[in-house]
Amino acid sequence: MAAHLSSGRVNLTALREAGRRELREFLDKCAGSKAIVWDEYLTGPFGLIAQYSLLKEHEVEKMFTLKPGRLPQADVRNIIFFVRPRLELMDIITDNVRREDRGRSPQRDFHILFVPRRSLLCEQWLKEQGVLGSFIHREQYSLDLIPFDGDLLSMESESAFKECYLESDQTSLYHAAKGLMTLQALYGTIPQIFGKGECARHVANMMIRMKREFPGSQNSIFPVFDTLLLLDRNVDLLTPLATQLTYEGLIDEIYGIQNTYVKLPPEKFAPKKQGEGGKDLPTEPKKLQLNSAEELYAEIRDKNFNAVGSVLSKKAKIISAAFEERHHAKTVGEIKQFVSQLPHMQAARSSLANHTSIAELIKDITTSEDFFDNLTVEQEFMSGIDTDKVNNYIEDCIAQKHSLIKILRLVCLQSVCNNGLKQKVLDHYKREILQTYGYEHILTLNNLEKAGLLKLQTGGRNNYPTIRKTLRLWMDDVNEQNPNDISYVYSGYAPLSVRLAQLLARPGWRSIEEVLKMLPGPHFEERQQLPTGLQKKQPEIIQRNFPRSRGLGLLSQRTQAAASGSRSVLCYGWWLGRQSRPC
Amino acid sequence: MGNEVLQNHVLEAKVFHTEYGTGVAILTGAHRFSLTTNIDDLKLRRMPEVPGLQKPPSCWAVLTQDRVTIVLLAVGQDLYLLDNTSCSVVTPPGMSPSAGAYLQMAVSFNYRCLALFTDTGYIWMGLATLKDKLCEFNSAIRSAPKQMVWCTRPRSRQRAVVLAWDRQLMVAGNSTECIRFVLDEDSYLVPEPDGVRILSRTSHEFLHEIPEASQEIFKIASMAPGALLLEAQKEYEKESQKADEYLREIKDQKLLPEAVSQCIEAAGYEHEPETQKSLLRAASFGKCFIDKFPPESFVRMCQDLRVLNSIRDYQIGIPLTFTQYKRLTVEVLLDRLVLRRLYPLAIRICEYLRLPEIQGVSRILAHWACYKVQQKDKSDEEVAYAINQKLGDTPGISYSEIAARAYDCGRTELAIKLLEYEPRSGEQVPLLLKMKRSKLALSKAIESGDTDLVYTVVLHLKNELNRGTFFMTLQNQPVALSLYRQFCKHQERETLKDLYNQDDNHQELGNFHVHSSYSEKRIEGRVGALQNAVDEYYKAKNEFAAKATEDQIKLLRLQRHLQEDFDKPYLDLSLHNTVSTLIQDGHHKKAEQLYREFKIPDKRYWWLKISALATRGDWEEMEKFSKSKKSPIGYLPFVEIAVKHHNRYEAKKYAPRVTPEQRVKAFILVGDLEQAADAAIEHKNETEMNLVLSKCSATTDGAVVEKLNRARAQLLKK
Repeated sequence: MAAHLSSGRVNLTALREAGRRELREFLDKCAGSKAIVWDEYLTGPFGLIAQYSLLKEHEVEKMFTLKPGRLPQADVRNIIFFVRPRLELMDIITDNVRREDRGRSPQRDFHILFVPRRSLLCEQWLKEQGVLGSFIHREQYSLDLIPFDGDLLSMESESAFKECYLESDQTSLYHAAKGLMTLQALYGTIPQIFGKGECARHVANMMIRMKREFPGSQNSIFPVFDTLLLLDRNVDLLTPLATQLTYEGLIDEIYGIQNTYVKLPPEKFAPKKQGEGGKDLPTEPKKLQLNSAEELYAEIRDKNFNAVGSVLSKKAKIISAAFEERHHAKTVGEIKQFVSQLPHMQAARSSLANHTSIAELIKDITTSEDFFDNLTVEQEFMSGIDTDKVNNYIEDCIAQKHSLIKILRLVCLQSVCNNGLKQKVLDHYKREILQTYGYEHILTLNNLEKAGLLKLQTGGRNNYPTIRKTLRLWMDDVNEQNPNDISYVYSGYAPLSVRLAQLLARPGWRSIEEVLKMLPGPHFEERQQLPTGLQKKQPEIIQRNFPRSRGLGLLSQRTQAAASGSRSVLCYGWWLGRQSRPC
Repeated sequence: MGNEVLQNHVLEAKVFHTEYGTGVAILTGAHRFSLTTNIDDLKLRRMPEVPGLQKPPSCWAVLTQDRVTIVLLAVGQDLYLLDNTSCSVVTPPGMSPSAGAYLQMAVSFNYRCLALFTDTGYIWMGLATLKDKLCEFNSAIRSAPKQMVWCTRPRSRQRAVVLAWDRQLMVAGNSTECIRFVLDEDSYLVPEPDGVRILSRTSHEFLHEIPEASQEIFKIASMAPGALLLEAQKEYEKESQKADEYLREIKDQKLLPEAVSQCIEAAGYEHEPETQKSLLRAASFGKCFIDKFPPESFVRMCQDLRVLNSIRDYQIGIPLTFTQYKRLTVEVLLDRLVLRRLYPLAIRICEYLRLPEIQGVSRILAHWACYKVQQKDKSDEEVAYAINQKLGDTPGISYSEIAARAYDCGRTELAIKLLEYEPRSGEQVPLLLKMKRSKLALSKAIESGDTDLVYTVVLHLKNELNRGTFFMTLQNQPVALSLYRQFCKHQERETLKDLYNQDDNHQELGNFHVHSSYSEKRIEGRVGALQNAVDEYYKAKNEFAAKATEDQIKLLRLQRHLQEDFDKPYLDLSLHNTVSTLIQDGHHKKAEQLYREFKIPDKRYWWLKISALATRGDWEEMEKFSKSKKSPIGYLPFVEIAVKHHNRYEAKKYAPRVTPEQRVKAFILVGDLEQAADAAIEHKNETEMNLVLSKCSATTDGAVVEKLNRARAQLLKK
């Protein structure tokens, strides 16, 4: 079941196992039957660590969602709150506990599990409300870096970008540093840390500080990771604004992937029996888990969507050929062998059916004229065409009241590709947006400006072309079918963060000092001393790990690793999901 | 210990050990016994009265059996047992009837054996259960000994008691003979698990049964393997061939491993380093002739002896035997050294034994530092410096613990200095808050990056300081300030305004007013709030925002009128939706007025109007509008919108007016493939031709397909 975590170059099962152990230990502290009250936000991430069966084994009998009022009836000894340390949530818990105490004969014990960190502030808050004493166990569960796939860890911290850049709240950075410390405890001290950006600097500083706080435990594990690369999101605002064009990227663009799950319209997935006359069409959205445990998905997830069709049809032929074989099976031995392969084949067939349906759904959209026009404008901006004036397509889209997110993404994309917009252009867009979508969006626009997604060009010079050329962000000759460069993921645009990682691996950042200075925030390098005996003599393992989001997965492919040197790199940054409107 | 003690005084007290801990038993002036089994959990138990006891018993002792603590006492010729509830007379088995009155009794270290001395000089030795006699002895001395103690050794079957009179020491056991020693001075006996300590003013001796290993080796003419090995090693050193003979003798009996073990064990019992060395040398010599002798026991013994020798040094003065040391454990030994403030030796032992730093060196350094902070004659600087010099970044040191100790001693300044060295902010901050150094706590919390800590300090400061000072403090700490802002956003929005006011942050104040305008219910309230926002935006020199907000006010007022005039909800629609609704409802003039007042760009107005008209289905008005002047958006949108509303008839009207470049697309949209084909052919554009072809179906559009193919072929020829 955890096969997808161990398939990568670093076995991430250990990380998940550590997470499970911690959870089990906590649950066993609260003896007897239990009910968990969930901060709803946490259920998704927890699902990636432990299934309900694990909880059940440890006597969790009921699960509720955290909400004000009286707790539902449940005949259990313990009530455990799984919450993030937030004051709003503490108020709800207070309410729950206060209403509970009156007149129940068999007393229930209360416990709190803070995720990811126990908070002094929250405990003080509860103390002031006079309910702190009601909780027997108050512990923390350090759910920081959650293993997503063999080559991807995520903090699932959706609002991190907003908190860091809009609210100057660096809590998520603290959690990131803690998470990386945990990772190092399990996989060895990472000898080299590179980074770019204010937040990256802050995280690295905290890591060094934390190491000093616990100097006693010399880490004696041979380091699995050679290098850690920390990147601020605002170093590369362009990548998340552009439309992703890989298979997985498009699924995320259109339907949104949450904690590796996607919900799809059910019509295409209706069971094939047509006898009922289509009466039983499912109305619930179809929920699918997407990760590399599924063989077919692992193969096509990172392909440019244009290359997916041919793979699917090839697969279809292979599978039907495999099923045909039963007619050739003559001897008992042959039949037996065929039957033994049957479950695997059936799984492959249903996987193929699912992805064919998904691909059809996506194709309906990607072949539409509007998708094409939108993409054309994006690509013009990214290759530096007409970024300095009001764009007709954007104007038309506003006039036809297309979705605001789409408009904002385009305008911000233009702003980023022009290193800010001229006053006249910016004001025009802003006025158009306010008049069309409502004046309340004056706050939305102001937030975008504060976060730097939208800005006024100052200093007069647009340095994007220099950055684009030096880092080769735009590639004209893209091979979508058999890619030899990462630019295939956006059919032309090579993600800036990926280029930074590639250049770090070879020939090193010294070659791009000038461009690094143009990007926001400091760049730095830190070395962590390894105990003697753990130092690597020569780089021998080819290892690269990249968070897979927005189509950045290619780098885990062999071609790329071989092409760009033999060092293992752990790349870390927060990839903003749907963050176009930090309101 | 209660009233009884106060009234009657304590005559005598005895300390004893049980599995619960250390206990104390007392005899009061009223001849009553009380005891507690654990001095850490003091519960005094009063024992039953002994009938007819008028004077103190001649001797008594505390026994523990099966977790029950009982008192055994002797009055003249009678022995009494006191348990929790009753008092009973007992007679030890095999007690000579003419033994006489009891003068002295002794319980062995492990509470297993009991010895009784009577006024006829008779000694009874047996089990403490009083169920079995081990042996008896007649000392022929009738006076009571000053002390009588057991001398035993774990796992040895020999048992003996040692009796001390003024100048005489007697060892008596299971034998008719006894051993006598002369005491030169007044001495005191201390029983140990493996022997007896004899302390006098000038000397400290240890009397014990010779352990078996030592006996075997050092007994005269012993042929035990260990003895032979020792001899062999000595001969070897003399370069004599006898070494080989001895060795051969052991090896022939296949006893070499045993010989080595014996030598190692015996070394442990020796106090003289020279003897220890010669035994260890023998062991090491013997080891060479064994294939696989596990080295641990040898190494361990060398280490233990080194530690023992160093603490036995007269300057340290802890003459422990090997057995005692093993029973005590290194940890306890270190504690004792620390208590005696022998920090350097303790540290050296830790280092030598390679104890983990956290349990070893760090712990001792921390103890040292805690002692150091109590030295009042040294200045804070000196102490802090000295401590940091020694402790440095030693892992596992908790500077905050030391600081807490300094704070408890009333040395706050020193505590603060020490906290400077604490790397863990989580530890620093709470203590600083306790010491009322909140501002320092704040900067430490910020340094740590742990926002929870920062929040904690900020809220602490908020309660501690008055508002003005609180704000000023935050002013200098941007991280804290932005976190506090977040707090206010959720908990007290009004404070947020004060914060922005203090910073003269007019932009944010403007945003604040805009935000709060949405919670106003009445329109005047909203306009008021927005007007405030306008003022702030002007102050912030954000002309755009100010103008936009003014527009918003204008729109709000207009919408209120519209709402009254047309009795339809208009409030909170965007300008676009307001105009669109007006057109859909046929209020074209009003729409026109808004278009002019808000300077809606022509292009957008045309888009807006035709889609609103199409929604309304007012094709007539749309046609009129299309002819009012030249369309700024061209005529393709007309076609598109009509098609979108499934009105091909209307769409067809506009198709010919579409610019030549878009005409093919327009004809395809209205479904007129023939015209589309003609347009494409006219343009001589292959892409367009292909586009049209792709829309054609072979059955119905045969003619068109043929025409296109012909044109395409012609195009290719050229």
